[in-house]
Amino acid sequence: MSAWHIDTLIISTLLGLAFLTLFRIAAVRATEGVPGKLQNFVEILVEFVDNSVKDSFHGNRAFIAPLALTIFCWVFLWNCMDLLPVDGIPLLWAQIYGAMGHDPAHAYIRVVPSADMSATFALSISVFILIFVYSFKGKGVKGFTVEFLTHPFGAKLLPANVILNTVEYLAKPMSLALRLFGNLYAGELIFILIALLPWWAQIIPGLGWAIFHILVVTLQSFIFMTLTIVYLSMAYEHH
Amino acid sequence: MQASIPSIVGQMIVFIAFVLFTMKFVWPPITAAMEARRQRIADGLAAAERGAKALQDASSKSDQALAEARTQAQDILSAANKQASQIVEQAKGTAQQEADRIVAKAQDDVGREVARAREELRKQVGELAVIGASKILKREIDAKAHADVLSDLAARV
Repeated sequence: MSAWHIDTLIISTLLGLAFLTLFRIAAVRATEGVPGKLQNFVEILVEFVDNSVKDSFHGNRAFIAPLALTIFCWVFLWNCMDLLPVDGIPLLWAQIYGAMGHDPAHAYIRVVPSADMSATFALSISVFILIFVYSFKGKGVKGFTVEFLTHPFGAKLLPANVILNTVEYLAKPMSLALRLFGNLYAGELIFILIALLPWWAQIIPGLGWAIFHILVVTLQSFIFMTLTIVYLSMAYEHH
Repeated sequence: MQASIPSIVGQMIVFIAFVLFTMKFVWPPITAAMEARRQRIADGLAAAERGAKALQDASSKSDQALAEARTQAQDILSAANKQASQIVEQAKGTAQQEADRIVAKAQDDVGREVARAREELRKQVGELAVIGASKILKREIDAKAHADVLSDLAARV
């Protein structure tokens, strides 16, 4: 598609809106009395995320906890898209694209936003920026600079410190984005390979891979959330 | 396969908007409701604990009061018993005294009556003896001259 990756943008935004709508409904209806099923579900997630944040981040959670919840739910929904039939939505899109008067052979759509590096890098770069925001907040610009220049080896080996810290800081968004992307892209690839088999041979591997991917979907969103929290708490606290 | 910078920027904007929305409109009401419920449960548990403690206090107090009442009743009972036996004792003593007094009086009366009767009898015997002697002798006897003989006779009756 174009340089804009409109498909990823639209699908991820729709998924995010679905998440926000569901949680907003629960928030509006939230009661301190006996909670309903939706509220229960939302509260379990909120408490789970809040506890994860509480465990590693010792500061004001008013921003970090909602951030972690958004990351977890959003990435989870992205990843869940790979459990849909791998050809289903592209086939539908080809029909629509053809009906709009274009060539259906050129109708490309990526259904799983986390199999697009744009989406995963957008998240990880945002986290990267937040790492600096929290470093400045926790240590001050001066403290951060001093730590950046002198931290592992002391002031005498300043160039080594700078190189090491630069690599360390750059590795964080790279690893965050590439881990999620790699897992989901590879997952989609396997689904496509399974889809190339004759129909009778697809059932068992497709089922097995999909069941395995229920784990991967949850695990990858959890890892992304947890690492975000850990990075931000490392940035915020003094060493 | 490549990432596109405009797409990344667009995604980031969407992401930040979502996070802000969650922070403003999703997180606070839910956590507030959870916190309020937690508080309510804590209050309820505390109240239950207070109630249990009050119950325990009340029951121990009532036990104490019961024991006190029991000992008091015991005291009263024994005092009453003592008093009753005292009264009985006293009454017995009084009755004995009265009986003794009555008996003594009666004996006294009887003795006096006997003495009186004896005196009377003595007198009458004397007179009778005099009358009998006068009648037997059929003559005037000097009563004075024989008085000592007569009184000796009367004393022997």
